[in-house]
Amino acid sequence: MAAIISPIAIADAPTRRKTFPFLLIALLLPMAVINFIAFILPVIRLGMISFIESRSGGVLTNNYTLENYANFFTDSFSFELVANSLLLGFGVTLITLCCAYPIALFLHRVSPKWRNMLFVITVSPLLVSSVVRTYGWMVILGDQGVVNGILMSSGVIDSPLRLTNNTLGVFIGMVEVLIPYMALSLIAGFGRLENVYEEAAASLGANSWTRFRRVILPLTAPGIALGCLLCFVLSISSFITPKLLGGGRVFLLATEIYDQAVIQLEWPTAAAISVIVLIIFGLALAVYSRVVKRFD
Amino acid sequence: MIGQMSIPFRLLVACIYLFLLAPILIVLPLSFSNDSYITFPPESWGFRWYGAMFSHSGFINALGISLTIAVTVTVLSLAAGVPAAFAIRRRRFFGRELVLNLFTAPLLLPSIVLGLAILLVFVQARLLGTYTGLIIAHLIITTPYVIRIMLTAFSTLPPSVEDAATMLGAAPFTVVRRITLPMMMPGFIASAALSFLLSFDEVVISLFITGPRLRTLPVEIFDYVESQTDPMTAAVSVVLVAATLLIIFVIERTLGLSRTIGK
Repeated sequence: MAAIISPIAIADAPTRRKTFPFLLIALLLPMAVINFIAFILPVIRLGMISFIESRSGGVLTNNYTLENYANFFTDSFSFELVANSLLLGFGVTLITLCCAYPIALFLHRVSPKWRNMLFVITVSPLLVSSVVRTYGWMVILGDQGVVNGILMSSGVIDSPLRLTNNTLGVFIGMVEVLIPYMALSLIAGFGRLENVYEEAAASLGANSWTRFRRVILPLTAPGIALGCLLCFVLSISSFITPKLLGGGRVFLLATEIYDQAVIQLEWPTAAAISVIVLIIFGLALAVYSRVVKRFD
Repeated sequence: MIGQMSIPFRLLVACIYLFLLAPILIVLPLSFSNDSYITFPPESWGFRWYGAMFSHSGFINALGISLTIAVTVTVLSLAAGVPAAFAIRRRRFFGRELVLNLFTAPLLLPSIVLGLAILLVFVQARLLGTYTGLIIAHLIITTPYVIRIMLTAFSTLPPSVEDAATMLGAAPFTVVRRITLPMMMPGFIASAALSFLLSFDEVVISLFITGPRLRTLPVEIFDYVESQTDPMTAAVSVVLVAATLLIIFVIERTLGLSRTIGK
């Protein structure tokens, strides 16, 4: 699972309680230790190792160098990785939005009796391991899977369509994995949408398409922006679905990090690619905050 | 007229729901296949792969390891996260915002990057392929959620409620037992359930730090799916989905899932 991005208000702590520093430290210490060992230290080390010169076979030296980044930016394969990841990120985000928007709109309008149950159904895939869901897609899309089985037995095609081990399979699997995240973000942003606005537009002569374009869409835009950010960020960093449905034939930044780190043991290279992924994340966040500012 | 939904729109939504649930639903019939490889519809039916699953030592060992880790992680997540959330909500101290942001920041890091970063530290600390290493790594994923849930839970319990009980003559221990704990219960249950599920399902970070002798169930399934294409994974998936549904059902009955994870 990944981030739930929304601010937390903590401004209402009482002032009158006396604070004993040793008690405060005792309360925060366990969490601080975990955070330091498994977050702060690793992130610092990741940054440092991305500048370390490596010898073949995963041996780390003590020399600092820009070589890892230089190699990345001069290799045409790197550009392919970045292009693939960005295209997949944008494409998957767009299709996911198109699938999740009707769900969110439906949940917003359906009677409260059905809403709770359908909401649970919408988010429940989040609680099923992505490995299991991806395996389900391998069953559906595989050469002898459900889709090919139906098409071949009904005589539409003679040989199976290639739906897995390529970008198409990764695309389908990722959209399905990300729909609940997008739907959650959209639902969070649908609070501003009320029937009275649409009724007003309708009484002024707007047809249903105009009402959707000029009333519903602008009112739900903040939710769309949040969902798109979340899906883009998750699809850039997703690894399980591309690895399994891509069958080692779809090359992305995330799969390359894993291959370099675990199979090639080229940690400095993997660390440098990770830093580049983080930079792409930062850019996505910057774009998002600029877009959100325009809504206010 | 407004707010009414047309039949084509309802059909579209039904199709999207079908698409969303298809991969989870399809493993159920496949798990009763007796074939040696994935064909759909299966040529013969039976319980062959359920039997194979229970005699597959890799899966059974991994299940034990995953359960041990998930239970430990759940206990430790609450032990570390609840006091931290309490301090952040109820105490005023320098750098409170910073501490909160730091404690919840791991949520924002892509797990593939976090996994690599943890690998780089753990390889030096000799924590790769150990229970300690896996538990610490899982804690960094679960504690941000625990802190967020408990912050919300503490905000629904203003200190004045406890003060009122004290003024009416309740001893401090009674206040905790009769007021604080019951009101905190939904938060505790939600945090515990989410921690357990997150740890039990965690795969990306575990892939980086499991060793040959200590592999969690999702890692075992991932490797199996990557190398074999037979219906055994379907049988394993059905068992996992059934267990998850049971947990969701219990939480929904006691708390309401939308209230728990909709925050």
